[in-house]
Amino acid sequence: MREPTVVAAGYFDTYSVVGLLAVVGVLFVAVAFGAGRLLRPVVPTPEKLLTYECGVDPVGEGWAHTQVRYYVYAFLYVIFAVDSIFLFPWATVFAAPGYGATTLVEMFVFLGFLAVGLLYAYKKGVLAWT
Amino acid sequence: MTDALDVAVRLLLVFVAFLVLPLVVGQTEHKVMAHMQGRLGPMYAGGFHGWAQLVADGVKFAQKEDVVPKDADRRVFQLAPAVALLPYLLVLVAIPVAPGSVGAVVDAGIFFALAVMGVGVLGSLMAGWASANKFSLLGGLRTAAQLLAYELPMLLAAASVAMAAGTVSLTGVLDAFAWWWVPWQIVGALVFFVAGLAELQRPPFDMPVADSEIIFGAYTEYTGLRFALFLLAEYAGIVVLCALTTVLFLGGWHGPWGDDGLGWLWTLLKTAVLAFVVIWLRVSYPRLREDQLQKLAWTVLVPLALAQIALTGIVKVAIN
Repeated sequence: MREPTVVAAGYFDTYSVVGLLAVVGVLFVAVAFGAGRLLRPVVPTPEKLLTYECGVDPVGEGWAHTQVRYYVYAFLYVIFAVDSIFLFPWATVFAAPGYGATTLVEMFVFLGFLAVGLLYAYKKGVLAWT
Repeated sequence: MTDALDVAVRLLLVFVAFLVLPLVVGQTEHKVMAHMQGRLGPMYAGGFHGWAQLVADGVKFAQKEDVVPKDADRRVFQLAPAVALLPYLLVLVAIPVAPGSVGAVVDAGIFFALAVMGVGVLGSLMAGWASANKFSLLGGLRTAAQLLAYELPMLLAAASVAMAAGTVSLTGVLDAFAWWWVPWQIVGALVFFVAGLAELQRPPFDMPVADSEIIFGAYTEYTGLRFALFLLAEYAGIVVLCALTTVLFLGGWHGPWGDDGLGWLWTLLKTAVLAFVVIWLRVSYPRLREDQLQKLAWTVLVPLALAQIALTGIVKVAIN
């Protein structure tokens, strides 16, 4: 029963160091912003607070409607990335004794799926631009 | 007590590296770019070849007024630089510098590094949206499109190394490393490095901050300290990307001799050479258009990364 406790402790030790560093980082930013507040002048004028658009008075709102041309890639990305995440746990064991050829075939099935997906997107004209 | 001291020293070293290395890269960029373009670059600040130029810049930034536009989403606008910067600090802790010298041995190192690096881009997205500026919004959208396109080849290339080493730990990768891995994984290395450059929005992938089109993209409205933090994030990103490429593909602390004593030097040297390449690319390549960016990612880098995975799998099973 002893060993699992030790392993878990090591696991949390690691991430507590990462956590500590995160705290250091947040403190750094907080101190920098705090010190900046003390050092810099504050002289706001209406012109200064205006949105900057090449020196001309801004027209309409900043949060304007824009055509998001690349949303198809967002779909492609989500599909592919979710697939790819599963590569990592598999990568650590696939060459272990007793797996070998079987997992290699699995890999080609996996790559096949990704390749077909990509090819489909290509055929649909998603990857071409004018 | 010694444990606490040990952790404190490690954190201090990581933090110092985080503050100093990006400045060194930045200063090198000033000088290298200048000499490649037949200029001298900064010569005044600090006396000797303008070595203190970035320190002077820092002092200037700290004294500048911090302007938050009236229409901006104030809190998000102000927080964005911190979100852009801190992930790189956290990645740095997981990068092994020499045998036994690492901020923290993170078991899932590759996974941790890629996941945390991805968070940094959120800072640009927050800045782009919160600025309430059309140019910033466009810059933010371009950042998003670029992240979506290049995160995938990066992930696949890293997975190839994980397959070769049979582990996702960065120290584990280096323990398993052998010299013939460099030619074996070279395609993956190129894909990883190029994709990383694109994720950092470095030229020639600097469409999201294209100054001739959208001023400075998501950072248009920033001044003073907050702008400086965004710049620091960019250079910290270069350090992290080069160090990660070194560790994953170039053998990290392994050198022709003296791995045990001089390991840290090899790591730093390889990282520095890669950082030089990053600067060199900025000077020599024109900016890619948005469609060229997408095309490069989806029709070149992703297939190449998949081919690398196939190659890695076959070789790995064959030698076992």
